[in-house]
Amino acid sequence: MAKKPVSFTHNGVETAAFADPGQNLLEFLRRGVGDLTPKYGCGQGTCGACTVTVDGEPHLSCLTLAESVEGRSVGTVAGLANGATLDPLQEAFMDHFAAQCGYCTPGMLVAARVLLDANPNPSLDEVIEAISGNLCRCTGYEPIIEAIMAVANGSYGSAGRAAL
Amino acid sequence: MTQVETVATLADAARQVVGGQISGDAVYLGGGTVLMRDVNAGEGPARLVRTMDPALREVRISGDRIRLGAGVTMAQVLAEADLAFLHPVARQIGGPQVRAMGTVGGNIFAPHPYGDFAVALLALGAQVTLAGGSSGPGRALDDILRDRERSPTLISAIELSRPQAGAFGFLKVSRVKPKGVSVMSIAVHTPQSAGRIQGARVAWGAMGPAPTRSVAVERALEGGTLDTAAIERAAQVATEGLNPPTDAIATSWYRKEVAGVHLKRLLTSMGGR
Repeated sequence: MAKKPVSFTHNGVETAAFADPGQNLLEFLRRGVGDLTPKYGCGQGTCGACTVTVDGEPHLSCLTLAESVEGRSVGTVAGLANGATLDPLQEAFMDHFAAQCGYCTPGMLVAARVLLDANPNPSLDEVIEAISGNLCRCTGYEPIIEAIMAVANGSYGSAGRAAL
Repeated sequence: MTQVETVATLADAARQVVGGQISGDAVYLGGGTVLMRDVNAGEGPARLVRTMDPALREVRISGDRIRLGAGVTMAQVLAEADLAFLHPVARQIGGPQVRAMGTVGGNIFAPHPYGDFAVALLALGAQVTLAGGSSGPGRALDDILRDRERSPTLISAIELSRPQAGAFGFLKVSRVKPKGVSVMSIAVHTPQSAGRIQGARVAWGAMGPAPTRSVAVERALEGGTLDTAAIERAAQVATEGLNPPTDAIATSWYRKEVAGVHLKRLLTSMGGR
């Protein structure tokens, strides 16, 4: 069956690749584009491990049709760091032991970055709400929440940065 | 493998509709939060039809009349200050990712136990505009939900009126917070005239195959006020006419046992406003 060309902005870079018919964005990013940072967890929109941004909004890439991002801007956790300089959230996740197996971490980081881009000073409840679509089976969530709050509280400098 | 066809407008997609499905082997793709699961599992339809028609994402507010394009997402609803009465409902739909993708129109067709937003729309007496239909009065959402598997065509918009202050209440009961699937959801609309409830509408989610109204509860509330006696009467008939399913979230028995308790809590919170 015919593949479809999809042109979009991937982490700020104009990108084009071919999508299989009915292919979801997660598979497209991993197999077609070569960005392995979004993870396949459940394939049902339950775990959030595949979270990316589409035009700045958090999306479940496993439930997003690949060809629907034509002309749009897609952000993944691979776009968070600037070369060797990590995003404050990445620093905070390391410092707070917010990753154990690490499988949920890319989705958690993207969800947290979307929150802080929209609301640099979230309350604890707002942080919990922001990651409510992301499952973690290792940490019990507390280290993740503490890491995000630490960035929001200014422990890592300004939480503001260019949005994904 | 599922083929995808992108058409210019919803009307273009609707022209292919036969009995809720498009040409029998294809399905309309909205936000994708339900349908893409099947596609991922290799159980999707042979064809998906989608459109980027911008009209589907329009929110129009004129006085107390509200028109939501069927493709309006929960996140859009939450971003509209004028839709504050719907925020407690939209905020209960999935997590942030699902709210950025899930649409108002799709929620109407989301299978049990999903569809909490449709429960609120049902209580608010929403009407739907069908794709390619005339610009006249819409069709009652009640009709669509009664037999949604046989919806005659696609929905282009949902229209409703803003409720009086304090006249609308919503409660979602779930085991996991803040994001959990419904044990049940309840929406109550009690507009008042001369201090008395006139035109009460009460809707349940996850208490049947689709969101459904509770005529017995509406009758118990009609013509009165949300006082203790009326709330007690309503709670006593809470499950009349309902046959909730048993699923992984709760048994039918459990749903029936606790329905009156949760209805009472919601009505009491509304009565205290």
